[in-house]
Amino acid sequence: MWDYTDKVKEHFLNPRNVGEIVDADAVGEVGSLACGDALKLFLKLDESKERIVDAKFQTFGCGSAIASSSALTEMVKGKTLEEALKITNQEIADFLGGLPEEKMHCSVMGQEALEVAIAKYRGVEAPVHGHDHDHDHVEGGGQLVCKCFGLTDVFLKKVIQSNKLTTAEQVTHFTKAGGACGGCIPKIKELISEVLGEEKKAAQEKPVKLTNMRKMQLIQEVLENEVRPQLWADGGDLELIDIDGATVQVAFRKACAGCASSGYTAKFVEQKLRELVSNDIVVQEVQG
Amino acid sequence: MKEIYLDNNATTKVDERVFEEMRPYFCELYGNPSSMHFFGGQVQKKVDEARSRVAALLGALPDEIVFTACGTESDNAAIRSALEVFPEKRHIITSRIEHPAVLTQCRNLTKRGYRVTELNVDSEGRLDLEELKRAIDNDTALVTLMYANNETGVIFPIEEAAKIAKEHGALFHTDAVQAVGKIPLNMAESSIDMLSLSGHKLHAPKGIGVLYVRRGTPFRPLLVGGHQERGRRAGTENTASLIALGKACELAHVHMEEERVRVREMRDRLQRELTALIPNTRINGGGADRLPNTLSIAMEFVEGEGILLLLSEKGICASSGSACTSGSLEPSHVLRAMGVPFTCAHGSIRFSLSRFTTEEEIDTVIRELPPIIKRLRDMSPFGREFLAKQ
Ligand code: FES
Repeated sequence: MWDYTDKVKEHFLNPRNVGEIVDADAVGEVGSLACGDALKLFLKLDESKERIVDAKFQTFGCGSAIASSSALTEMVKGKTLEEALKITNQEIADFLGGLPEEKMHCSVMGQEALEVAIAKYRGVEAPVHGHDHDHDHVEGGGQLVCKCFGLTDVFLKKVIQSNKLTTAEQVTHFTKAGGACGGCIPKIKELISEVLGEEKKAAQEKPVKLTNMRKMQLIQEVLENEVRPQLWADGGDLELIDIDGATVQVAFRKACAGCASSGYTAKFVEQKLRELVSNDIVVQEVQG
Repeated sequence: MKEIYLDNNATTKVDERVFEEMRPYFCELYGNPSSMHFFGGQVQKKVDEARSRVAALLGALPDEIVFTACGTESDNAAIRSALEVFPEKRHIITSRIEHPAVLTQCRNLTKRGYRVTELNVDSEGRLDLEELKRAIDNDTALVTLMYANNETGVIFPIEEAAKIAKEHGALFHTDAVQAVGKIPLNMAESSIDMLSLSGHKLHAPKGIGVLYVRRGTPFRPLLVGGHQERGRRAGTENTASLIALGKACELAHVHMEEERVRVREMRDRLQRELTALIPNTRINGGGADRLPNTLSIAMEFVEGEGILLLLSEKGICASSGSACTSGSLEPSHVLRAMGVPFTCAHGSIRFSLSRFTTEEEIDTVIRELPPIIKRLRDMSPFGREFLAKQ
């Protein structure tokens, strides 16, 4: 049995906003009977056509698909179209207290339906996914990669990128691609390396020459925004003691202090700083 | 909440009488049957008795019974053995709807140069013996076909198939895990060479199985390193469990005739009432000869996992042939092989009864399932379209 969170169960048993909006401004439909899940999302906008005032859904799919749809409708209400478009599939999953990884495709379906609805409303071409079994033609361009689920390279790359996926199995969990005949798995692997390659390149292009002042600022920012929140999640913390050239001295606090794996934690901090600030940084743990 | 357990093709409750039978063999009578002292010897007697009880249920001889750890082991052992017995033959015949214990093994063998023919089934899940006749040749080492399908309960014409195999000099194995204890079998008048069964499908515990090997059938063991089971399966006997299995077989034997009728009547009533109360259903394998305890019902425009979760809320345990529950993303290979339309493949639910199932439990399902389907169809865009058309 799936290990669904209480929130998923609750949204499945008592889904919010089931139904349809007859005079909806935007309607987004994804999925099909053949795929095993489908979602039809209705949005109603306010007078100025800026803000979503009501949302309803109809879903064919498993428990987590219904829960994700319910969550999505709750999340978009009151948001402007711009704000709604920023919702990621991860946020939908987070809203539900997480989804089993094998079920992440349910959150992706929600996010997709939202994009389609808004794109259609704006009269632009719907973002690419396909879900079209009968035709090789895919709306919005892109190459069909997974025939079984009608998914294009553009769509898959987007999901790989935004969810930082690194294995074909993960891609299957998030999009279903590869989960039926498996014929597309080699191509999925290629897409993963493409995305990783592009990211590496982008990373290398980050400014190499940093003034000392700027470097210190950046280090502090990364520690505040990227590192400490992660440590808090595990009940730990750290304090920045000193920056001397490329050497960053930190002291661990709370659960991290004296933790047997603080060596790993230091490595993690170093990695983050190398990735985001400069790749010559060395992190030292000091008692302070 | 008291569970209503209708998932007996997945596993069954251990009968209390079976449990009582095995209980002394953990802490008191824990001797090794191979030992030369009285303490092991008394266990050996019980092992012999269990072997005879299993044999009696199958209409077999005690020395044709090889205890294994599970149905999967029995399947693996049978297939491996057949290939070793006929090293020059490179062809295996099976069906598309076998249990993974057989199918995975066969598909893996194609990577080692074997030719594997997977026979098709029709829309009711039936086998076409003509296709078997066309596929079999002198190169065929083994024909392995399930006795009855776990998802639909459809029974294959195993005796006819075994005869065809025999005529062509191939060995015949059947995975009878779902059939044993539910329908009568008689190895004394059969052409089957090897047959697998699993304890936990007939009210014995998990972790015990049997491979029946007909006297005179050449056999090569999968596990070696001990003389147990007359050299056909090395490893110290799982004494408590095999004694339990012996008892379970004895009980199955005693109850078979009356239970077969009683269980079938309950299953048929469940099928009748559900199809009357829920529009747009389809009975998977309904037109074929089926096990008396199995009902696979497909409901259009809804997805199986949602149904199971809502049933579970009511204490009802069933299973589905749908994708989402198993973690795979496609409807089951069985339903796909039968060509069940996509509109219903995802909404297929299997109820499998046992001799512990009661009429009240069936009443509860008849009462609870229709509103669940209505609720999910109301929620489904396809269900709505369909309801609107009506
Ligand atoms: S093409 Fe992707 S799973 Fe079949």
